[in-house]
Amino acid sequence: MAAALTGAGWRFRRPSVIPGFGLTLGFTLVYLSLIVLIPLSGIVWRSASLGTAQFWAIATDERTVKALKISFGASLLAATVNVLFGTVVAWVLVRYRFPGRRLVDAVVDLPFALPTAVAGIALTAIYAPNGWIGSLLAPYGIKVAFTPLGIVIALIFIGLPFVVRTVQPVMEEIDKEVEEVAATLGAHRFQTIARVILPGLAPAILTGYALAFARAVGEYGSVIFIAGNIPYVSEIAPLLIVIRLEEYDYAAATGIAAIMLAISFAMLFVINLLQAWSRRRYGYGG
Amino acid sequence: MAVEAFLSAAIAHSARPVATATGERAGIRLLLIAIALAFLGFFLFLPLVAVFVEAFREGAAAYAASLAEPETAAAIRLTLTVAAIAVPLNLVFGVAAAWSIAKFEFKGKAFLITLIDLPFSVSPVIAGLVYVLLFGAGSALGPWLKAHGIEVLFAVPGIVLATVFVTFPFVARELIPLMQEQGSGDEEAAISLGASGWQTFWHVTLPNIRWGLLYGVLLCNARAMGEFGAVSVVSGRIRGLTNTMPLQVEILYNEYNSVAAFAVASLLAMLALVTLGLKSLLEHRFADAIAAKNH
Repeated sequence: MAAALTGAGWRFRRPSVIPGFGLTLGFTLVYLSLIVLIPLSGIVWRSASLGTAQFWAIATDERTVKALKISFGASLLAATVNVLFGTVVAWVLVRYRFPGRRLVDAVVDLPFALPTAVAGIALTAIYAPNGWIGSLLAPYGIKVAFTPLGIVIALIFIGLPFVVRTVQPVMEEIDKEVEEVAATLGAHRFQTIARVILPGLAPAILTGYALAFARAVGEYGSVIFIAGNIPYVSEIAPLLIVIRLEEYDYAAATGIAAIMLAISFAMLFVINLLQAWSRRRYGYGG
Repeated sequence: MAVEAFLSAAIAHSARPVATATGERAGIRLLLIAIALAFLGFFLFLPLVAVFVEAFREGAAAYAASLAEPETAAAIRLTLTVAAIAVPLNLVFGVAAAWSIAKFEFKGKAFLITLIDLPFSVSPVIAGLVYVLLFGAGSALGPWLKAHGIEVLFAVPGIVLATVFVTFPFVARELIPLMQEQGSGDEEAAISLGASGWQTFWHVTLPNIRWGLLYGVLLCNARAMGEFGAVSVVSGRIRGLTNTMPLQVEILYNEYNSVAAFAVASLLAMLALVTLGLKSLLEHRFADAIAAKNH
C-alpha cells in the first residue's frame, strides 16, 4: 500500500524502518469511518435531503429558535463565569501553596469523571427550593432549580475543568524573570499582572473559554434535571432534539442537529486557530 | 470553626507578610485562595456530598435494599458489559492510531488528528441521533436489519455503538502526544537488532507507554460507564434490559424514588472518585510516563 502511494516527486509518507504503517493506518481509517465519519455524514445527508423550504421551516420554528437561544445564551454566561473563576482557581493552584492543594487540584477534574446524570440530580437537590442552597436563596425570591438560572449552574459545573486545565499548564510555564523585570522597572504588582501576565495568558484563556462554551452547548445529562424543561423558557436545544425524536419527527430532529453540528464545527475551527495562534506567538498552547 | 483553622493554617503555611516583587500581599493571597475554594466548594464539593447524603437519607438499610432491586442489578450488569466491550475496542484503536501517527510522517496527519477528536465536539444527543438515523426504521439499513431479526437500536448493540462513539478519542488522544514525544529511537534500535514488528511492540513500545495507556483507559472507562445523553437516545429504556446505570438513575429520579436514584448515583460517584484518585496518582507518580500534563 505504501509503495503504491509513493510517487517519484510526491511522497505520501517519509520512508521508515519501522513496520506496521499500512496495518495501523488502515485500521485507524476503517474504524474512524465506521464509528464516526459514516454515521455523522448521515446527518448531513439527511438534512440535505430535507429541501431548503422544509429546513428553513425547522430552523425558524419559534420553539427551535428559542431552544437554540437558551442553549447558546446559558453556555455563554456559564463559560464567562468559568473563565473568571477558573483563571483564579488556576492561579491559586499554580502560585500558592496551602494545605490540601493537591486534593483541590484533583477535585477540579470531578466534572470529567462524574457522570452527567449524577451531577444533574445532585445539583437539583442542592438548588431546589428545599435544598441546601436553594432554601437560603428562596427567602430573597431567587429561584435557581427549574429556571434558566439552573441551566447556567449545571453548565458552570461541567465547563469548569476545561478552563482550569487549559490555563494551568500555560501559567506554570510563565517565566518569573519577566515579572521580576516588570517589578524592577517600577511596575506595581497589579500592573505586572494586568499588562504582563494576563496578555501572555490570553490565548489559553480564550481557548478555555471556547472549549467550555463548546462543551456546554451540547450538554444534556446534567441540564435536563435542573432546568425544569419548560418549552420557550428553559428548554435546551439537545432536549428539543430528543423530544422531536420521541415524536418520530426525524426531520426536525435532524434539522436542529445539523444546525448545532455546523456551529460546533465552526467552534472547533476557532479553537484550532486559537491554539495555533497561541503556539505561534508564545511557543506553547493548550 | 474548621474554616478558620484552615485559613490560619494557610497563613502560616504560605503567606509572607509583605509583598515581594513577584508575589501578592498576604491579604490578597488569602482572598484569592478563599474565592477559589468557595467557588470549588459550591460547584464541585457540595454536589458530591449531596449524592451521598441523599442516598443515605433513609438509612443504610434502605440504601442497600434499593441497590438490591433486580432492575438496578440488571442496570449495573449492563453498564459493566457495555464498558467491557467499548473500552477494549477504543484501546486497540487508540494504540493503532497512535502508532501510525507518532511513528510515521505522512501527509494529512494534522487533519487525521482533528477527525479523531471530532466526537468530543459533538453533542452526546447528536451522537445517539446519528445511530438512530443509520439503523432506525426510516433508514436504508433499517428494513434489512428487521428482515434478518437483528436488533441494533433499543438493544445492547446500539448502546455499545453510542458508547464507543463518545469515548472514541480518549486513548488515542493520550497516546499520540506521548508516543510523539518518546520518538522512534527505541523501536528503530530493536528492529535493526532483528526484532520483528510485533516483538518490538510488545517488548519495547508497550512498556514505554503502559502508564499513558492506563491513564487513557481510565478516562475512557469513566466516560463509558457514565455516558447518559447518547445512550438515552438509542436505549429505548426497556427496564431490566436496556437501562444502564445512568439511565436507571433518571428513571428512579423521575418516579420520585429519590433514595434509590441517589443510591445508584452514589455507585457512579464512587467510580468517579476512584478514577480521580488513580488519575492523580498516575500524574504525580509517573508524570514523565504520561502525556497528560503536557497537552
